[in-house]
Amino acid sequence: MSIRVVTGGLQTTIQDLGRIGFQRQGVPVGGAMDRTALRVANLLVGNDDDAAALEASLIGPALTFEEEALVALAGADMDATVDGSAVPTWRAIWLPPGSTMRFGRLTLGCRAYLAVAGGVDVPRVFGSRSTYLRAKFGGYQGRALKPGDVLGVGQPCARSRAIAKTLRSDTAAPHVARWTVTTSVRPRYSDDVVARLIGGAHVGMLTAPSRDALAGATFRVSSSSDRMGYRLEGTSLSLRQPVELLSEGVTFGTVQLPPGGAPIVLMADAQTTGGYPRVGEVASVDLPLVAQLKPGDRLRFRLVSLEDAQALYLAREADIAQARATIALNHNGKG
Amino acid sequence: MRFTPLGDRAVTITLGDAIDLSTHRRVRSVCAALDAHAPPGVVDQVPAFASVTVHYDPALVAGDAARSPYDRLVAQLEEILSNTREEELPPPRVVEIPVCYGAELGPDLEDVARQHDLTPQQVIDLHVGAEYLVYMVGFMPGFAYMGGLPERLATPRRSTPRTAVPAGTVGIGGSQTGVYPLESPGGWNLIGRTPLEIFDIHREQATLLATGDHARFVPISRREFERWRDRA
Repeated sequence: MSIRVVTGGLQTTIQDLGRIGFQRQGVPVGGAMDRTALRVANLLVGNDDDAAALEASLIGPALTFEEEALVALAGADMDATVDGSAVPTWRAIWLPPGSTMRFGRLTLGCRAYLAVAGGVDVPRVFGSRSTYLRAKFGGYQGRALKPGDVLGVGQPCARSRAIAKTLRSDTAAPHVARWTVTTSVRPRYSDDVVARLIGGAHVGMLTAPSRDALAGATFRVSSSSDRMGYRLEGTSLSLRQPVELLSEGVTFGTVQLPPGGAPIVLMADAQTTGGYPRVGEVASVDLPLVAQLKPGDRLRFRLVSLEDAQALYLAREADIAQARATIALNHNGKG
Repeated sequence: MRFTPLGDRAVTITLGDAIDLSTHRRVRSVCAALDAHAPPGVVDQVPAFASVTVHYDPALVAGDAARSPYDRLVAQLEEILSNTREEELPPPRVVEIPVCYGAELGPDLEDVARQHDLTPQQVIDLHVGAEYLVYMVGFMPGFAYMGGLPERLATPRRSTPRTAVPAGTVGIGGSQTGVYPLESPGGWNLIGRTPLEIFDIHREQATLLATGDHARFVPISRREFERWRDRA
């Protein structure tokens, strides 16, 4: 089973949940920017939630599936079609052999995820199939997809085969599932986001007006934003006095403040360590909302306690576990 | 020892406030203790100059669910780290790094020499005469922050950074020296290049240098540089 890339889109890469355990070598975790969308797309096709899928930013690719396939879209809405028929996000879709999927106008979010039953199969580097563009490793030859690339797909599991079989026989083209996951696991994307923020280690170094601004002013995502970090414009933050800090660990969601005063939210390809003051940390449950912002979109922060952020995290994990269990129950692989 | 949350999935353990040997030994002993007995839920640890950051999955931390995962994890870390012993650290590795100094592989060597009233050969002698300590690896894959540069060689960064410094280039920036593991932009003064792969995804230990390693630079000729390259 393979997928032929007809057009690559703006920046389509292979991503999973990233590299775990190699940060002491300076290797970033990387992986999907919107982890919830990646995980749910995988669950919809019967995969484990950490299977590798495609992440398409702003302009999606065109892909031809040489053989039949079971796929699902999640995250951004890009008016996807299969052989000309519109198909929705957050649903399993069975594709007959030779189907071509295209993406159109971006109507919501920034990054669309396409999961395929069996997962995209490329060699693992440091335990992950994620593409790390900066160091040019992982994914498909360490780069974004180009026309003519052919991607291998792993063997679908029994659950995936059961879902595909039902869709093939019980639906007409395009073969879209009537069921989906509970809305509680679907982030409410917007181009004007309020993300919950835990106060950072150095938030006390901000001036009083800057502390207020961090917790309420509107920032804009600058055009110099990428998978490594989002630079925020529109409101400048300042420290009471300049500081020199020793470099230490940073993470996906760290809001750091370089001397220029424009904060940077570190994203999925965050470096492992940094030396700028850390004024906040985006709550993990709201990272998908930030990941779906595009340049020019608006972002505000609302302060939340660490305890509340962790309670939200545990609730989200419970919802995803519930979604996985429901899909497993309804598609036990024997059908 | 101080614990500070780094968001809802990591905690930083601060072990000092300066770059010095005793802090570094505490960093290494904390890492060794966590390597030996990581509490459930811990997924990664990042040693730095004066801290260790522990990444964890809050859903996998053990203990009474009435308390937050952070509180439970910190209690377990305190317990594990209360009896770490620095004297149990393994002896450091000494890694030799062959370097071809000057000419097109080290275009700033003469400039560095001029700034310190030294000859290029004296700069090389000082640089190879010292033993360096890897305090931490970070910033980019395989980038080792090394201490031990002779004070006479401390040189300010260049006013205009280069847009592309080749992988393997050895530089001096302020009181630090280091090797660029990957091609990247850089503002350090470039004095030579090693034929070794500092970061190689095909090796089991991808980075040539790890936190706690000692490093020495060994001068080689251009011809030896080419031979290393051909062998690789």
